[in-house]
Amino acid sequence: MGISVKHISKSYKKVNALKGISFEVKPGELFGLIGPDGAGKTTLFRILTTLLFADQGTASVSGYDVVKDYKSIRNSVGYMPGRFSLYQDLTVAENLEFFATIFGTTVKENYDLIKDIYIQIEPFKNRRAGKLSGGMKQKLALSCALIHKPKVLFLDEPTTGVDPVSRKEFWDMLKRLQQTGITILVSTPYMDEAALCDRIALIQDGKILQIDTPQGIVKHYPKKIFNVQADNMYELINLLKDYAHQYSVYPFGEFVHYSDKRADFNTADLQSYLTEKGLKDIAIETTKATIEDTFMELAK
Amino acid sequence: MVSNNIIQVENLTKAFGDFTAVNAISFEVKKGEIFGFLGANGAGKTTAMKMLIGISRPTSGKATVAGFDVYKNPDAIKKNIGYMSQKFALYDDLTVKENITFYGGIYGLSRKQIKEKTNQLLEELGLQKIVGELVGSLPLGWKQKLSFSVALLHEPKIVFLDEPTGGVDPITRRQFWEMIYKTAHNGTTIFVTTHYMDEAEYCDRVSIMVDGKIEALDTPKKLKEQFKAKTMNDVFLKLARG
Repeated sequence: MGISVKHISKSYKKVNALKGISFEVKPGELFGLIGPDGAGKTTLFRILTTLLFADQGTASVSGYDVVKDYKSIRNSVGYMPGRFSLYQDLTVAENLEFFATIFGTTVKENYDLIKDIYIQIEPFKNRRAGKLSGGMKQKLALSCALIHKPKVLFLDEPTTGVDPVSRKEFWDMLKRLQQTGITILVSTPYMDEAALCDRIALIQDGKILQIDTPQGIVKHYPKKIFNVQADNMYELINLLKDYAHQYSVYPFGEFVHYSDKRADFNTADLQSYLTEKGLKDIAIETTKATIEDTFMELAK
Repeated sequence: MVSNNIIQVENLTKAFGDFTAVNAISFEVKKGEIFGFLGANGAGKTTAMKMLIGISRPTSGKATVAGFDVYKNPDAIKKNIGYMSQKFALYDDLTVKENITFYGGIYGLSRKQIKEKTNQLLEELGLQKIVGELVGSLPLGWKQKLSFSVALLHEPKIVFLDEPTGGVDPITRRQFWEMIYKTAHNGTTIFVTTHYMDEAEYCDRVSIMVDGKIEALDTPKKLKEQFKAKTMNDVFLKLARG
């Protein structure tokens, strides 16, 4: 009774935002939709929260059909859109009270669920929402999305533009929320956050590229992958791209991730090619494919 | 300019009432360097950057950018730098070509220069086919690449990039960084903010701001050694969490 999506398609005037996607989210699961801007994530969220009709396909959320039972869905899900959507002219406390009242409950009744998060913004409870910092807005929005104790929580890019520290705190909060039994569907463009989900779907151009656990998804990378380093990063990237046998070349922090077309690839060949071209301090060693490597390979 | 530094900052401070957003920061950026300017949300990065690009007057301290003083010559700074941010990039309701022409005009290029630059740019970015399309209809990654190129139209000595790759897909993000490398290789200084810590590793040097102060500044390699961390992400978490 988590989320079920079957062959959902949606087009706007010029764009096919979703092209027949299907997946299931189990009850109590923390499921991540991982993909860049324009992949179709927001369209999917809007369909599942009954704000938009799909052109084709069916979907249900905690057992309710998104078209027939839209009222039941609205009562039982929490939705935090990508764009800050609370009332800027109401204070922190007023926003929270407003959302509780709309859903026929009180802040007091479900305070336990949000306590952890709300306590951090409580010192500012008389400040207008529009005057909060990005991190505080995010916490208030999450509190408002939870105040009616939803069965399913939808979070559309909650951490986009947020610094690494606040992102980590946010994910710690999500993990604690999950313990209360809530099903969570969360989208993000940050591949490192994918590793924190139970399962993930990689999505691009309205299609799902792959669904698996974070540990499982990297097994779909078809090649051996190598960390390459040298004294000049810019030259290194250019030289690797010009190398006749290269299969893929992507900068990854201090390394370049390299894979080779040949099955019998020998690192010594590459080493001598780079040395010949004048690079120094060359190091080549095997490494493991990351979720980001896998995404880029599948998105090719 | 006497030194090889394109940015020179000494005790730069900006206070709003009794809140000190930027608290006596000092650093310099060398010509042709890729300089990463990191910090948590609210650490004071944007405020500092606004002073450096000449749109916010400091409360105290000294700063020169591209040889010009931020107090005396803010307008000269604006002419000699490029700026691009994730939020304000280009005009959605103008076509690709109109945007380039518009910005070329703003930067005071001649018609002939604009024409040459437009052709060169479109070819480099592979955008010839969609030159007549509205910018609003382009995918985010293309917009960002175009926007970066437009920030370089007037061949500035330094370009400021404020979170240029937020929300962009991983492949385009890397193509974007290859553009940055190429630009730096050609001698333009890059001053960049990002929340992607793998991108911090691509910088020659990185500074990390915490509560209005620069708490660390070095090459990514030395910062990792200094903080006994495996990645820049760990360095950032250690510093910003205190």
